Amino acid sequence: MQASNLLFIIIALAVFGYFSGYGRSLRVAKPLGSISKLHSLPSYYAMQTAIWVALPALLLMAVWLLAADSITHAYIMRGFEQVTATSDYNLTLNRIINVASGALPGAGQSAEIVAAAEQLQQIGATQQWALTVLVLTLCSAGGLWSWQRIKADFRARAAVEGMLQKFLLMSASLAILTTLGIVLSVLFESIRFFSTVPITEFVFGTSWSPQTAIRVDQIGSSGSFGAVPLFTGTLLISAIAMVVAVPVGLMSAIYLAEYASPKFRRSAKPLLEILAGVPTVVYGFFAALTVAPLIRDLGSSFGLDVAAESALAAGSVMGIMIIPFISSLADDVITAVPQSMRDGSLAMGATQSETIRNVVIPAALPGIVGGILLAASRAIGETMIVVMAAGMAANLTANPLDAVTTVTVQIVTLLTGDQEFDSAKTLAAFALGLMLFIVTLGLNFLALRIVKKYREQYD
Amino acid sequence: MTESNPSPHRSAPVDHSATIKASLKRRYRAERRFRWYGRAAIAFGLAAVLVLFVDIISKGHGAFKTTHIAVPIHYDLDSLGIDSINDNQQLALANWDALFKSGMRQLLPEASGRSQRRELYRLISNGAGYDLKDRLQANPQLVGQRERIWLLADDDIDTYFKSLRDGEPYTARVSDQQIAWIDQLYASGDIATRWNRNFFTRGDSREPEQAGIWGAVMGSLFTLVITFALSFPIGVAAAIYLEEFAPRNRFTDFIEININNLAAVPSIIFGLLGLAIFINFFQVPRSIPLLGGLVLTLMTLPTIIITSRAAIKAVPPSIREAALGMGASKHQMVLHHVLPLAMPGMLTGAIIGMAQALGETAPLLMIGMVAFIVDIPGGFSDPATVLPVQIFLWADSPERAFVEKTSAAIMVLLAFLIAMNTTAVWIRKRLERRW
Repeated sequence: MQASNLLFIIIALAVFGYFSGYGRSLRVAKPLGSISKLHSLPSYYAMQTAIWVALPALLLMAVWLLAADSITHAYIMRGFEQVTATSDYNLTLNRIINVASGALPGAGQSAEIVAAAEQLQQIGATQQWALTVLVLTLCSAGGLWSWQRIKADFRARAAVEGMLQKFLLMSASLAILTTLGIVLSVLFESIRFFSTVPITEFVFGTSWSPQTAIRVDQIGSSGSFGAVPLFTGTLLISAIAMVVAVPVGLMSAIYLAEYASPKFRRSAKPLLEILAGVPTVVYGFFAALTVAPLIRDLGSSFGLDVAAESALAAGSVMGIMIIPFISSLADDVITAVPQSMRDGSLAMGATQSETIRNVVIPAALPGIVGGILLAASRAIGETMIVVMAAGMAANLTANPLDAVTTVTVQIVTLLTGDQEFDSAKTLAAFALGLMLFIVTLGLNFLALRIVKKYREQYD
Repeated sequence: MTESNPSPHRSAPVDHSATIKASLKRRYRAERRFRWYGRAAIAFGLAAVLVLFVDIISKGHGAFKTTHIAVPIHYDLDSLGIDSINDNQQLALANWDALFKSGMRQLLPEASGRSQRRELYRLISNGAGYDLKDRLQANPQLVGQRERIWLLADDDIDTYFKSLRDGEPYTARVSDQQIAWIDQLYASGDIATRWNRNFFTRGDSREPEQAGIWGAVMGSLFTLVITFALSFPIGVAAAIYLEEFAPRNRFTDFIEININNLAAVPSIIFGLLGLAIFINFFQVPRSIPLLGGLVLTLMTLPTIIITSRAAIKAVPPSIREAALGMGASKHQMVLHHVLPLAMPGMLTGAIIGMAQALGETAPLLMIGMVAFIVDIPGGFSDPATVLPVQIFLWADSPERAFVEKTSAAIMVLLAFLIAMNTTAVWIRKRLERRW
């Protein structure tokens, strides 16, 4: 039986379990007089029966679906011990799977593969039967067990709430698991990468050309993995973005918070925030097809030689993307400055702009700096704009009119396309990911620390 | 004593009013300048919104119509080279292009010689033969009949024909002979732009005129269903735990630090996680909506948790106390009273999270959803691509006609996003209670 059909059956059985549990609790209550003689409301007895029907079966199914394929594949591939290289192994395995599923005609294949495919088909069929039988057994066993437990003094509510509590805790802990997953996935691959390329070469090397040759005797077969040009490229584009976004975002936040009429604020703020909702791939398209040619034409009319994929184009569009990010964060901290401080300054004869510059901004500064750091971390990790509008070649330059490449661009180019998973090229992407993760994490921590440490409590 | 300490007012009367006036003038000027900086900043931001939208719409509006040529077709089994239309094997091998080729010769009889004929046939899309096949299979009574039918023109012809109206014809990829034919067809009314149905009903294609977004829309839909089904319950549960049940201890602090950090982790890192954990460790197949949904779930969870917590916080404590006072258990209090009241806020947060997931591209590139997929996905485990990735793929294509398609796909994506955000705002306005 198909997994999805099985899922429906489990759900149907759980619903059935609910109602039979409900009925039994009513029957238990009847001789006692009323349901108030039961420890819990009937729905709790029903719910606990339903949970016992579905939960064990679902868990079994999940484990089965995750593990079964790899176990069967390993079993099938026993006969192919001479195939050792990972890519050949996968190729053979795929061929067997395709023959078994009928996507590939078995006629042209070797006898071994056809035999293995037949075996795979058999195992697959047996497995599905076994899973169906096991799941149905578990459903009925769990249901029956919890059904017979329904007694007047059975603390069903406590049981259900206990399970619910566990679910809540597990959901909250998923955040920890995710972080752990990120750290483990980038860390392990990076360690493997650093065992082939020394970490010092990666962090301090100035030449980046990850194109490893297919044959060993070709020129440049080793590739070079000095990531400094990527770091400078990322910094250059992020710096351009911040140059655009910080003044515009900050000034618009100040104007909206301090000067604008409530009516203007109500209409201008959501309009500005549209910029935050536009997908980055749209900005990338805009940067590559509209802004980059514009900047190049503008440059050539001044006699400047501008690259087609200049850092300026990608950076300025990224800056536009970040404007609402800075302005809404700055807006929050500016409006949080108490009115009494403004009133005091105005009463001393300061103009409004003097009040803002000398009183409001200094009071809001920790929050503003924190917001700018968060925006910087977003700029560094931004991917689509630079993938579409920045260059591929790693140039070590500080000229915003040249094409530079960034960490995220390289991750995307290294990991899209066909390659073996174990090559230094692919592993390099994970090392870059590790760098990116560390830097953004550091910036976020710094931002939070600054906000916490230097925030003045006024109220 | 009296002489040694003169009051400042008595001393030589220096007139400060001029300096004060000058400095006031300077200060007021600075004030005005400062206000203008603010106005300029807002104007810049709003102009960016306007330019972005105008640019996309002006590039993309043309894609909703595409150039068609009216060709007389004779559904003649002989020219197809088959003897029955009920035999699928014969249908697959039949010479479908012959139908429109003879029609084109009939339409423009003066084309002669091999090279001219080839140019003539190139006016029509490569896939037109398959369109005719589909039409004949759906309407078998057409066999032996004649009809005048609007066939898709080739993308180069489409680009040229549309650019005619702008006054700057794009002639780089059409020959002079083809231009003359197009003029002739235009004069006789046999070439026109018509509603581009393919764009909304088909999957991707290497031929710009055949390519559509329906495959990507379905891929996005399947991915979002998974994302919502996983991230909403888990996010709400996590928010309930943190707001209502979590003890104040190190572990809770650690969870909160993790959530806040995940909210700021670049999305591409989630793609690396998906590649290393889901694909390489758990052997989930690449390119399927299920996998995309899992990765996007992890990415949107922090957003949903944070907004859900805010919604729970907004429920006043008196509600909780009243429920507990009436004898409800803590779980009953949360499930029966706090959760329903916080639901509109949570839904708003979830829709905003879904909008974020719908527009996300980078992590999906990592997990192989960039494959070129023609078929329209029919389920959660069919290889698929999503709308933003389709935009990325088309933006990378060299054919000029794809620029128009890309912009049109962006318009569709933005329309979805605007609809989702408007719904979120509507829910917040209509259902959320202020206490």
